[in-house]
Amino acid sequence: MNTPVRRLALVVFAMFTALLLSTTWIQFVQADDLRDRAGNRRTLIENYSRDRGAILVDGTPIASSEPTDDELEWLRRYQQPSRYAHVTGYYSFTYGAGLGLERAEDSLLAGTDDSLFYQRLSDVVTGKPASGASLELTIDPAVQAAAVEALGERRGAAVALDPRTGEILAMVSRPGFDPNALSSHRLSAVDEAYTALVEDPASPLTNRAIGGDLYPPGSTFKLVLAAAALESGEYEPDTELEGGLTYTLPGTETTLPNFGGAACDPEDRPTLAESVQVSCNTSFAWLAGELGDDAIREQAEAFGFGEPLEVPMSVTPSIYPDELDDAQLALTGIGQFEVRETPMQVAMISAAIANEGVVMTPYLVEEVRNSDLEVIESAEPRTRARAVSGQTADELTDMMELVVQQGSGQAAALPDVPVAGKTGTAEFGDSGAAHAWFTGFAPADDPQIAVAVIVESATDNWAGETGGQVAAPIARAMLDAGVQR
Amino acid sequence: MTATSPTPSTVTSLTVRSGRTIELLLLVLAVGIVALAYVAVNLTVVGELPTHVWWHVAVFAALAGGLHLVLRLRARYADPLLLPLATLLNGLGLVMIHRIDLVPGQLGTSGVASRQLIWTGLAMAMAAVVLVLLRDHRVLRRYTYIAMALGFVLLLLPMLPVIGETVNGSRLWIRIGPFSFQPGELAKIAVAVFFAGYLVSTRDALSLVGRRVLGLQFPRARDLGPILVAWSLSVLILVLQRDLGSSLLFFGLFVAMLYVATERTSWIVIGLTLFASGAVLAWRLFSHVQSRVTLWLDPFAPDQSDQVAKGLMGLAHGGIFGAGLGNGYPYITYYANSDYIVASFGEELGMVGLFALLMLYALLVERGLRTAIGSRDGFGKLLAVGLSFTVALQVFVIVGGITRVIPLTGLTTPFLSAGGSSLLANWIIVALLLRISDAARRPISERRQDPSIDAAERAEALR
Repeated sequence: MNTPVRRLALVVFAMFTALLLSTTWIQFVQADDLRDRAGNRRTLIENYSRDRGAILVDGTPIASSEPTDDELEWLRRYQQPSRYAHVTGYYSFTYGAGLGLERAEDSLLAGTDDSLFYQRLSDVVTGKPASGASLELTIDPAVQAAAVEALGERRGAAVALDPRTGEILAMVSRPGFDPNALSSHRLSAVDEAYTALVEDPASPLTNRAIGGDLYPPGSTFKLVLAAAALESGEYEPDTELEGGLTYTLPGTETTLPNFGGAACDPEDRPTLAESVQVSCNTSFAWLAGELGDDAIREQAEAFGFGEPLEVPMSVTPSIYPDELDDAQLALTGIGQFEVRETPMQVAMISAAIANEGVVMTPYLVEEVRNSDLEVIESAEPRTRARAVSGQTADELTDMMELVVQQGSGQAAALPDVPVAGKTGTAEFGDSGAAHAWFTGFAPADDPQIAVAVIVESATDNWAGETGGQVAAPIARAMLDAGVQR
Repeated sequence: MTATSPTPSTVTSLTVRSGRTIELLLLVLAVGIVALAYVAVNLTVVGELPTHVWWHVAVFAALAGGLHLVLRLRARYADPLLLPLATLLNGLGLVMIHRIDLVPGQLGTSGVASRQLIWTGLAMAMAAVVLVLLRDHRVLRRYTYIAMALGFVLLLLPMLPVIGETVNGSRLWIRIGPFSFQPGELAKIAVAVFFAGYLVSTRDALSLVGRRVLGLQFPRARDLGPILVAWSLSVLILVLQRDLGSSLLFFGLFVAMLYVATERTSWIVIGLTLFASGAVLAWRLFSHVQSRVTLWLDPFAPDQSDQVAKGLMGLAHGGIFGAGLGNGYPYITYYANSDYIVASFGEELGMVGLFALLMLYALLVERGLRTAIGSRDGFGKLLAVGLSFTVALQVFVIVGGITRVIPLTGLTTPFLSAGGSSLLANWIIVALLLRISDAARRPISERRQDPSIDAAERAEALR
C-alpha cells in the first residue's frame, strides 16, 4: 500500500502548490489592482490615517485635513465649498476620492505617488507619520470669485485662462455642491447627501466647464470658421460673403434666418469682419459650404477639438461631427447641428487668438510640495499647437474687438481696457430655447486673460436671453478682475 | 501483509532515537514564536502588555509541555514533529483570534480568545486521554461498525429538532443550553476509523475482482456498494445540511482511502465521476451553490455577498510582507477569526507569512503520510492516510476557497479557526497520528505484545 500513499503525497503536494500559486497571484500580481479598487475600505482607512495634502489657492487652503478624535483620525474640510467644489472635488470615506483634484491627483494628495517615494522612505526611517503632498493652484481667487458671484444661481459654467501660459485662472460650474457634506464622518448623512446629489436632475456633480453632456457652441463657433477662412488664404477680413435675409439650407426647403430677422448688410454682401461683428447667420452658413467640412474640422482640431486633455482632470474632447450632408454642413457653420464644445475648449480658442495663434496647454496645478514644503514638481507652460498664424490671430482680434465695441458683445466692454469677444446664443432641442455664450479676452492689445462663459437657458423655451445680454456681463466681471492682476 | 514476529537481534544492537529531545526543543521554539506574536500584537494594538497576555502564554506553554510529558511516558517513539507543528498552528490561531478581539474602539479582549484557550486546554487534554487510554491503535479496528454508527449519528445530530441549529444557512450545529458544538468535526474521525477498518478487510475483493475496460480494472457491480453509500452520505449532507465543505471532505476522504487500500486507479475515476455528477446536480438544484460559483468566477459580481471580495482585498492589502501583526484591518472581512482566519493572516503577515503557514500544514500532512508509510499494519496505514489527508483536504478547500482556486465553501481551518469542535477533532487526529507513529517507529525489542490483536492479524494474513 506504500506506492499509492506516495502518489497521494504527490496529490497533496499539487494541492499545496495550487494554494501557493493562488496566494502569489492575489498578494503579488493582483495586489495593486485590488488595493486601488473603488470601495476598498482598507485603502480608504489607510489613506484616512494619513495626513492628506492640502489644496491651496494663493497660499490659502481650499481643502485640508484636520485631526479628529474619532477612529478615522482625519476630517477633510473644504473652506470655500461654494466657490471651489468642482475644482477640489470631494474626499469621502464611503465614496472615496471623487471629482476634481481629489480624484485626479489622489496619489499625490494621499502620498502614495511614486514621486513621493523618497519622502515616504525618510518618513519610515525618521518615524514621522506618513503624509501627502499639497497642491498650489493656478487659480486667481479674484477671477474665480467674480465668476461665481456673477453666475449667481444660474446654471452654467465659466473658465478663465492666462493665454500666455495656459494657467487656469478660474473654473466654475453651476449648480455647485458642498463637498463637506460628503467628507463628513457622519456616514448615514453622507449617504443621504450623496444620493440626493446623484439623483438631482440638475446634476450638480457634473463639472460643466470640462465635461458633462457638452454644449452646442452657437455663434462662438464662427471664430473657428473665420479662422479657417483666413487660413485658407482665399479670404481677407474685407472679403465679401453672400449673406441675405435668409439662407435656404442646400437640398431642403428649410430657410435659415438671421438672428432677429435682421439683414446683415444693406447689399446682402457683408464682409467677413462685418459677419463676425453682427454674428451673421446666413453668410456663415454659406461660408461653411464654401470651406467644406474637412477644412473646418482641421481648423477645429488645431484649436484642440477631438483630443484628450488633462488639466489634470480629464476634459471631454469637443466634437465636430462626421459625415455631414450639405444642409448639416451649413448648420455647423453657425455652431449648430451636432457641434459640441466644452467651455474649456471655447476658452482655449479665445486664448489661442490672444496668444498670436498658439494654444498653450491649460493646467491647474502650479506646484506640488511634499510635507516638508519642498517643491517636488513645478509646472512649466507648454505649447500645445499652433492653431492659426500670427496674422490671422491679429485679424481675428480686430474683428472681436469690433464685436465688443459696436456689435453684439457691448456688455463685456471695460472702461479704458480694450476687450475682444464673441457672443453666442446656442439653440438646443426643437423648442427654440437657447444657451447664452460669451468668449473673449482682455486687454485686446496685451492679452492677460481669456474667458468663456455659458449660461444655460433657464426655461424650456426661448426666454429672449442672448449671449450678449446674459453671458457678456459675467465675462466682463471676470475680465475686469483678470486685468487687475 | 506479513506477520511481524520479534526477531532476536544478532551482533550489533541499534539504539533508536526517540526524538523526544528534538520535540522539546521545537516545542520551546513554537511556544516562543507564539509568545512573541502575542507581545507584538499587544504592543501594536494596545500599546502596552496587559498581564492577562502572560497568563495566556503561560497556560498555553503549560498545556504543550503537559502533552510532551504524556508522550514521554506513553508514546516515547512518536513522531517528534507532529506536536510542535500542531502547537505552533494552534498558538498562532490564538494570537490572531486575540488580535481580532482587540478591534479599535473596543480595547480589551472580548473573550473569543479566552474561550479558544479553554477549548485548546480541553482539546489537548483530550489528546492526552486518547494517548493514555489507547495503548495500541489496532484496538480501534474492533469498533469498525460502531465507528460507522457513531459517524452517522454525529452527522445527523444537527438534524434533530430542539438541539439542532441552523447557522448561516447550514445546519451543522447542536446547541444544548449555552454550549454549542459542531458534531461533524468529530464525525470525520469516526468515519476515517470506519473506512480504515472496513477497507482493510475488503480490499482484496475490491482490488482483485472485476473486469478490465480501457486498461482500467473496474470492480464488480456489487462491490460498488460502499462507494455508493459514501457518495449518498455526502449528497445527504449537502442536501439536508446545505454544507458543501463537509460533503466534499467526506467524499474526498473516502476516495483517497479507497485508492490507497486497493491501489486501483479505477476507483479514482469512478469517484471523480460521481463527484462531478453530484457537483453539477447540486449546482443546478441549489441557489446557494450557484451563488458560490458566481462569486468564484467574479468575486465582485453585483448583488452578491462581498465576502470573497473583502477577503481578497485583505490579502491584497497585506501584499508580500504583510501589514504587520496588529497593523491591518482583518476585522473588515466577515468571520475574520474563523472561516476567514487565513485571510487575516495573509493581510497581517503577507504572502510570506501565508507561505510559512501553508508549509506548517504541508509538513504536518507529510509527517502523517510518512507515518502511514512506516506503519506496519494495514489498518494503521489506512487510518494515518485518512487522517492526514483530511487535514490536507480541509486546508485546500478553505484556503482554496478564499484564494479562488475553487468555489468558497465554509470549513474551519484546522487548528487556527475559532471554534471548539474543530480544535477538539484536530487534536484527536494528532493524538491518533502520534499513537500510530509511535507504533511505527518503536524498535522491535520494545514492541508491545498484545496476543489478541496479534492473533487477529495473523489470522488475516493467512486468509
